[in-house]
Amino acid sequence: MSTTTAPSAASGSSEPFRHSPPVASSEALRLTPADRRALLHYMLLMRATEERALSLYRQGKVPGSFYDGRGQEAVSVGSAFALGPRDRACILHRDLGAHLIRGVDPGRVLAQMMGRAGSITGGREGNMHFGDRRLGCVGMVSMLPDMMLVACGLALAFQMRGEQRVAMTWCGEGSTANGQWHEAMNVAGVRRLPVVFILENNQFAYSTPNDLEFAVDPVERAGAYGFAGVKVDGNDVEAVFAASAEACERARSGGGPTLIECETMRMHGHGAHDDMRYVPRELFEHWAARDPIDRYEAGLREQGVDTDAMRAAVKSELDEAADWALAQDMPDPATASEGVFADREPVLGDGRAPWSRWEEAADA
Amino acid sequence: MPETTYLQAISDGLREEMRHDDTVFCLGEDIGAFGGAFKVTDGFIEEFGGRRVWDTPLAESAIIGTAVGAAVEGLRPVCEMQFADFIACGFDQLVNVAAKMHYRQGLPVPLTVRLPSGGGFSGGPFHSQNPEAWFLQAPGLKVVAPSTPADAKGLLAAAIRDPNPVVYLEHKHLYRRAKGEVPEGRYEIPLGKARLAREGTDLTVIAYGAMVPLALEATEDMAGARVEVLDLRSLVPLDHDAVLASVRKTSKVVVLHEATRSCGVGAEVAALIAEEAFEDLDGPVVRVSAPDVPIPFSPPLERAVLPQVDDVREACRELLAY
Repeated sequence: MSTTTAPSAASGSSEPFRHSPPVASSEALRLTPADRRALLHYMLLMRATEERALSLYRQGKVPGSFYDGRGQEAVSVGSAFALGPRDRACILHRDLGAHLIRGVDPGRVLAQMMGRAGSITGGREGNMHFGDRRLGCVGMVSMLPDMMLVACGLALAFQMRGEQRVAMTWCGEGSTANGQWHEAMNVAGVRRLPVVFILENNQFAYSTPNDLEFAVDPVERAGAYGFAGVKVDGNDVEAVFAASAEACERARSGGGPTLIECETMRMHGHGAHDDMRYVPRELFEHWAARDPIDRYEAGLREQGVDTDAMRAAVKSELDEAADWALAQDMPDPATASEGVFADREPVLGDGRAPWSRWEEAADA
Repeated sequence: MPETTYLQAISDGLREEMRHDDTVFCLGEDIGAFGGAFKVTDGFIEEFGGRRVWDTPLAESAIIGTAVGAAVEGLRPVCEMQFADFIACGFDQLVNVAAKMHYRQGLPVPLTVRLPSGGGFSGGPFHSQNPEAWFLQAPGLKVVAPSTPADAKGLLAAAIRDPNPVVYLEHKHLYRRAKGEVPEGRYEIPLGKARLAREGTDLTVIAYGAMVPLALEATEDMAGARVEVLDLRSLVPLDHDAVLASVRKTSKVVVLHEATRSCGVGAEVAALIAEEAFEDLDGPVVRVSAPDVPIPFSPPLERAVLPQVDDVREACRELLAY
């Protein structure tokens, strides 16, 4: 279920979507049975990869702390599933599912966590601060939500070249308090940029709850910046997908940006060092009963999908991935000073786009 | 060759790069119909249109952050900070996102940020700063500060064509005062190469930006002493070879900059000389700079803070007598 807020008081217009024209019919945005299995697969893969990474952390093989997105799998998977190959993404640390969809191999993720040479950044970056440029991802920095502005810049390039492409980026509700969030929203609105902002409201900014973060639900702000804000159940992967696919279509057709707030819950601490004692028990249990994977898996089982086989396949993929990652060398200390400056032009590659719609587009 | 102002040379350099390469575009506050606070982009919106000459909202993080995104997607943005001082509002995007991008994930960011810098016109604490040293502490950024019209044009071209983020300091005092011959057409002054502004044998003044003409004026007549003036042009990369070659020739060095003293370019150059050319020195390396205070508004206060001709002359006289 979703609700939509439209520009209203700011524009003084009776038109609900001044900057948000209608998009392609829902038929064009449909999911096939194979798509549904893929949605479950990537959610299972995200959780399994992070569980494996956490056990490596507990074995002392992951330096620093460890951050994951447990409970938020539907957000990253549902949103990134809408992206086409030539779209670009700036992915957040709770959104491993988006990396996996775009084509990052779980083994390279585990190697990344362990700071190995064969990882995505070769040990330059740890944990989730990565992006695989070869797959069209510009990796995040710790300052949030800096990547919203970078995504605006990607979208600006598409717009300047007249390309029907989309930049998607993710931010937490905590970052809606930062000035750069507002600068990004304003720039996106003023230029009607083809950008989709996925706002993950996981209830806490580290330990700070929503009621200390903002006086107004951030989705309400979208209208003030001149574009649509949509709120969805972030633990319903198809609801996230539907809102994201529609937002991407709107962006591609020149209709400008969309803010999608996904209501969810961070089921682990901010990092592995955080015992979450500030989370009320009832709240935790409320969300535990709405686990995005359990919910979706139950539905697919009813439709006759053998999800046990899917789980077994994911487990064996992770076994292989962990073996591969553990076999990777640590980086050579002599290379620590290399690569501060570039001597060549930037190249962002294309990402994997498993949604059946893109297969059809490729066939045509 | 025609004689051109420093300001016109910057404008010409930017215009020629935009004519030659349609991935080059500029963005900043009031750079469109108004032509920029200092008129560097005067006439640009008529020639290139509003898409490539983007009058942005008043938001420096947005200017630099969107430029980073456009750069990694294959464009070559040239950001104008209306005054160098305002870079503080976009600092995070520059030092955390742009500067570290290639080291972290192998993704180049071909981005130029123009900073109209410097004091001397009662701009006060927020329209007069020389913030270059901030960027020397952010690995991944290149930093240039031309002193002549010809260098202003050639270094801007090099900055735009470089695949890294380049901070380009253009000194406001030079805009209409510095005039010189500027080659027509496109050319590049390589980043990281200093220039001998005047050859000498008895002492070297190492300077950049608006302090180069000041150094030349101050040391024109030094009672027979022949003072070399080395114009660094680039602060990152710093031309170590040129600095050390001059020290080995003259054995006495004054480092001159308008920016504040502590941990500035002068400190870096002095440390380089101490490490690499200690045996060649015939006296202490002397810094002439602004003291560690904000730039005050009132003319007598501002003059007291910014290096003047007499300060340079006095420092050189004392060092020559050492």
